[in-house]
Amino acid sequence: MTVLADLTFSALALSAVYFLAASGLSLIYGLMDVLNFAHGLFMTLGAYAAWDLTTHLASGLGAPTIFALGVGASIIAGAVVAGLTELLLIRPLYGRPISQILVTIGLDLAAVGLLLGGFGSNSLSLPVPLWFFEATHWGALNLPNADFVALAAGIVVLVGLEWFLRRTRYGIIIRAGVENRDMVRALGVDVGRAFTLVFVLGGAMAGLAGLLNSVVFNGDLVSPLQGDGLLIFAFIVVVIGGLGSIRGSAVAALLVGVVQDFSNYYLSSHPGMAEIGNLSVVLLLAVVLEWRPRGLFGGTI
Amino acid sequence: MSAAVELTDVHVSLGGSHVLQGVSLAAPEGEVLALLGRNGVGKTTTLRALMGLVPHTGSVRVLGQDVSRWPAHRVARLGVAYVPEDRDVFSALTVAENLRLAEQVAAPDYDAVYELFPELRERARQRAGTLSGGQQQMVAVARALLNRWPLLVVDEPSKGLAPRLVSELTDVLARVSATTTMLLVEQNLAVVRRLARHIVVLDHGAVVHQGPVADLDDEDLMRQLLGVSA
Repeated sequence: MTVLADLTFSALALSAVYFLAASGLSLIYGLMDVLNFAHGLFMTLGAYAAWDLTTHLASGLGAPTIFALGVGASIIAGAVVAGLTELLLIRPLYGRPISQILVTIGLDLAAVGLLLGGFGSNSLSLPVPLWFFEATHWGALNLPNADFVALAAGIVVLVGLEWFLRRTRYGIIIRAGVENRDMVRALGVDVGRAFTLVFVLGGAMAGLAGLLNSVVFNGDLVSPLQGDGLLIFAFIVVVIGGLGSIRGSAVAALLVGVVQDFSNYYLSSHPGMAEIGNLSVVLLLAVVLEWRPRGLFGGTI
Repeated sequence: MSAAVELTDVHVSLGGSHVLQGVSLAAPEGEVLALLGRNGVGKTTTLRALMGLVPHTGSVRVLGQDVSRWPAHRVARLGVAYVPEDRDVFSALTVAENLRLAEQVAAPDYDAVYELFPELRERARQRAGTLSGGQQQMVAVARALLNRWPLLVVDEPSKGLAPRLVSELTDVLARVSATTTMLLVEQNLAVVRRLARHIVVLDHGAVVHQGPVADLDDEDLMRQLLGVSA
């Protein structure tokens, strides 16, 4: 029972990171029909920005403060790079989906190459407070503190996004734009601003996801290819949840995290089953698409 | 009288098909101009070109401005309200959110909208996708009236509605037309007779007839142009 509870908690933390990685990707595709292969880069740069800031700040500030500043750096780096990507590379290519895919792949490859050239292929160690390595004891349960952070971040972002999408004018514009961009324009709304905003929001969440992925699942290590690894699962979450649906991304992230974590724990020790967690996720994708080809929440946001 | 809308030699090609082949027309300010024609002759595309929703060549002047190269949101903000064919309400949004999205002026006229469509006030929190066709049409027209803009572009408002609803909607549009220039695409000739003063008939992507609405009474002409008896 204890193992089951521990495992569920760690699956929830993994789901939270997947949700952070996938929600921006889903919004970007839902509103703009842009398959953004540079989203993994936003995650990687978020983690590198946090590493750069936290390793250069004076230790007198205290580890929690330094880490909090690192979180801010990851969010800002993801948001800025994503906003610039939309303005400079995506905007001139609206209506040309193949060119958009190629340019985002090219950007990702080029930037990862630059990171490899600048920082080397070795992973860098991110300074995090010792508290992250400890666990909170709750009865017989030992719940890693880092998982709490990931879970809290996922919940805060989900609630914040829901509030933004349902209570603000830009949120309404984005939800309407996912349904019918032309009609939004015909009502006098400049959808281009909403496009940039969605990229900025998606990039901010991706930056945070990159940092949390390093802290919670990557042994506090930052590496040039980490975002691309996470991007694959983010795409799977988006497709299972339904393109453009935030609630779908949340539910799909939960499914993927639980299936992957439980498969890894119970099956991966068997001979030839080392990758069973990843395989299970792909099987889940196939089952959902067979049952609901547009994903669980396809067509809603 | 000056023209609120002037299209000159407008061409549109969509998917390899030359849909509009040099449309030229003018909608006089303060009046209702009906755009008629058989299915597929380019009526909706003409309105979409006017709104900047499809790429086109030729000149489009709206409310005194050359909007030929303007994006749709700028054309709309100039003072053009658009009710598209098939309503295009946002089904995932509530009625109130559909209306809020259309707000473009500091003081949108909700009082007038709710006076015309009291039902919308009661259904403000209902998702538009769950409304009947008639109620969705109310939302689409209400969105267009909210800003009290000087030009109303309406595409087949009676399409798919029960006769009683058509009559009610026509009453609303008649009231609106007293203060607003209107460009109307409509297949229901009774509605056209009630609202319009002038008609333009399209065929094969070009204007083939222009005249007063009384031309609808010319049975031979209507049979020739629209394939219907007046």
